Amino acid sequence: MPFIPHTEKDTREMLEIIGASEIDDLFDEIPTELLIGELHEVPEALNEMEISRLMRARAALDGTPLCFIGAGAYEHHIPTAVWDIATRGEFYSSYTPYQAEASQGTLQTIYEYQTMMTQLTALDVSNASLYDGASALAEASLMAVRSNRRVRTGRILLAPGVNPVYEQVAAAIAGAQGLTFERLPQEAASGNVDFDRLPAHREPVAVVIQQPSFPGTLEDVDRLTDWAHSQGALVIGIVNPISLALLQAPGHWGGQGVEIACGEGQPLGVPLSSGGPYFGFMTCKQKHVRQMPGRIVGRTTDLDGNPGFTLTLQAREQHIRRSRATSNICTNQGLMVTAATIYMSLLGFEGLVRVARSSHANTTALIEGLTAIKGVRRLYDGPYFHEVALRLDRPVAPLLTALADSDILGGFDLTSYAGTDALLVCATETKTSADIETFVAAFAGLMSSGARQGGENGKN
Amino acid sequence: MTDLIFEISRSGRRAFAQAPLDTASLAIPESMLRTDKPRLPEASELQTVRHFTRLSQMNFSIDTQFYPLGSCTMKYNPRACNALAMLPGFAGRHPLGPVSHGQGFLRCMYELQEMLMDITGMKGVSLTPMAGAQGEFAGVAMIKAYHEARGDHERVEIICPDAAHGTNPATATMCGCVVKEVPTGADGDIDFAALQAAVGPQTAGIMLTNPSTLGVFERRIKEVARLVHDAGGLLYYDGANLNAILGKVRPGDMDFDVIHMNLHKTFSTPHGGGGPGSGAVGVNDRLLPFMPIPIVGKRETDDGTVYDWLDEKELPQSIGRLSGFMGNSGVLLRAYVYIRMLGRDGMARVSQYATLNANYLAVRLRDAGFELAYPGRRASHEFIVTLKKEARSANLTAMDVAKALLDKNYHAPTTYFPLLVPECLLIEPTETESKETLDNFVAAMIEIATAAREEGVEFKEAPYTMPVRRLDDVKAARQLDLVYRPG
Repeated sequence: MPFIPHTEKDTREMLEIIGASEIDDLFDEIPTELLIGELHEVPEALNEMEISRLMRARAALDGTPLCFIGAGAYEHHIPTAVWDIATRGEFYSSYTPYQAEASQGTLQTIYEYQTMMTQLTALDVSNASLYDGASALAEASLMAVRSNRRVRTGRILLAPGVNPVYEQVAAAIAGAQGLTFERLPQEAASGNVDFDRLPAHREPVAVVIQQPSFPGTLEDVDRLTDWAHSQGALVIGIVNPISLALLQAPGHWGGQGVEIACGEGQPLGVPLSSGGPYFGFMTCKQKHVRQMPGRIVGRTTDLDGNPGFTLTLQAREQHIRRSRATSNICTNQGLMVTAATIYMSLLGFEGLVRVARSSHANTTALIEGLTAIKGVRRLYDGPYFHEVALRLDRPVAPLLTALADSDILGGFDLTSYAGTDALLVCATETKTSADIETFVAAFAGLMSSGARQGGENGKN
Repeated sequence: MTDLIFEISRSGRRAFAQAPLDTASLAIPESMLRTDKPRLPEASELQTVRHFTRLSQMNFSIDTQFYPLGSCTMKYNPRACNALAMLPGFAGRHPLGPVSHGQGFLRCMYELQEMLMDITGMKGVSLTPMAGAQGEFAGVAMIKAYHEARGDHERVEIICPDAAHGTNPATATMCGCVVKEVPTGADGDIDFAALQAAVGPQTAGIMLTNPSTLGVFERRIKEVARLVHDAGGLLYYDGANLNAILGKVRPGDMDFDVIHMNLHKTFSTPHGGGGPGSGAVGVNDRLLPFMPIPIVGKRETDDGTVYDWLDEKELPQSIGRLSGFMGNSGVLLRAYVYIRMLGRDGMARVSQYATLNANYLAVRLRDAGFELAYPGRRASHEFIVTLKKEARSANLTAMDVAKALLDKNYHAPTTYFPLLVPECLLIEPTETESKETLDNFVAAMIEIATAAREEGVEFKEAPYTMPVRRLDDVKAARQLDLVYRPG
């Protein structure tokens, strides 16, 4: 019996003490018409060797292609030590640190994580993480409504560069409480917000700015933050944590900085893994801490006066406040946060700067190579970090399919976002010059051979 | 506590093997660049490894201690589940990669959906919710969407028993609903008369856990279902306690319309110190069109079977997306491996041995003088001991026992939940614990109670052997110290 230790003798002795003759007697309070027979869709058991063989074959089907897709999830080198330590049983198989004295390892790790995230974003406090970047925006929006009590519209304005999936998720989660999301106008040339057409008198409760933007551009975050504050709105900054090694931190945007920063923590040591588990981070200014959702760890003292760590401000949370809680969330992505904390410790700020600069330089090299191809040019002008939108003279999907046939994932099809044939490419520090040359050569080959008649979208 | 990583740091020290070489070109305007230098750790690789290894050793975990935490199903997390989910083809797969480079992953997800439908008796499964609470949100949002699609806009009330997890009422609020609480009867079943009075034309649905958080099976579940359905409401099944009935009873057969499963409980994916969880939802026919997206579908082509995404095109009435991509995919892979390793017969064995262990432990503790909260009832996979007698006569509270157990190298049971039982310990041993472990735990409980009753020992200051003594929570909340600042 996999993972069940009972010998027949154990079972017999236990039943005798209970006073039952067989295990199924223990289900005698359940109406018999509810008891089921056999399951049909669950196959017979596999032992570890058999399941390993099966899973290796399936993983091999997915392969290890050369990947130039970003669009919210980024391939970075993960030091071996990160997951070696994060999957130690003491981290991997422990529960939420409610019993603080027996959870100091997890609690101190989270306290260190909170410190690192506030440092990176230049804000005062951090929670212990949320599910992912997209749902973090939903929670940040709800938090902004609780924090900004002068504005009752429930209206959140989004910069044009906010990831469209984040908007969908925020609307699905926060829409039920009456929040509405509207886009600010986009300037065609830069892809950034059009300052000449900013709406007046919309009374936004918050303005959301993503930096770098979803299509890879860099907004004038200072000016936009100041405008938002002039409208009585709070500012929510969505940031890529690796980019903060180079770019101005949200706590320093504009005259006052943002009130809340959030985003996808995956680039900090978490594998791509088809989209999860990742973690959403959230930091904010001190005065908004009591409106923050999710767990928060604080340092305090024990009976002997020695320092120690515990979950704090729990009066905000569902297990205490129930229907009046700040959120129903009762999890943080503890294991991912452990990995990210180890990752940031190993890299340090200097290491993050190198990862960021290397990604930026590789992307520059990639763009130079790709835009030298006839029919390829940049979609937006202006600076970028490690991701750039390209405009093509033909449909993108057949090109991507043809590239995938040679095990190159050539980027994210940006056509529906941009309303024109467009491709979003990214090259992190994991790519060598040879990788970039391989991609550019394959792309050039397809463009010259007229891949517009190539394979159909989604063909295998 | 051990030194913080920031206190170990020395300016200029680094784990040199981990950073790429510095590269020259930087085409970003000066005005956009960061000017301050954030204080991140500066430590060698060995120092970092040693620091976090040492921190890990300050944790209790399933791999190191018995963890009878009621309602949390702290069972063994098989190592193979992790190793196989981390195979390069899975761990390195970009979520937006083409389906041509995802057939292995997508097939696992499709089969997981099918297996979970079978196990729960539901007609559709969406794997995207990233935790139990998000599964609850998805469930209640679907109930709301169902009523609204029928033009039934008055249905805004969600009924929750007083013993419900706090997430239930919090979820109802997040979905824009109003919570109506109904009491529990003396036998642990829902107060049926109160429920009859509570349902009506405003009832959107009811959220139930069965077996309930009191560790007993709701015997009148079919009548409850009929009552709520007759009133026009839907039934939501909170899968927190699915481990108790796995392979024996299916929520679909109990007439639930929508359920969530905690894959990190029943299907043994890791708790990871507080997450990630995974809260897949299952629905019956009525709610199929409203499932959160994406879902994995299967189609036959000339080249054979292809697994593909289903999204807003196929489910235009969906409540939408709840995550940036496809939920906690890596957790789903671990659950898939777990179910395949247990197989068809292994499903029922989980609930059988979980129930055997719980009833054995309950009887042993009862015979040792502990009072069970529901002595007339069969325990499910968990049960409640109430210390109201000991609290009065021996000054021994649930908190004291919890902390005293830590000194005996046992993780504490869940304390003070459900809220309606005074001085309660909610105990869930799970099926993966041996008889010897349970016997030793009983001995530890007896020692603590005997010391309190007969020798007047107090445990107000326990634990004594942990890395820290009892912590000052009041100070933690009043003098907030949430980030390190060098002194």
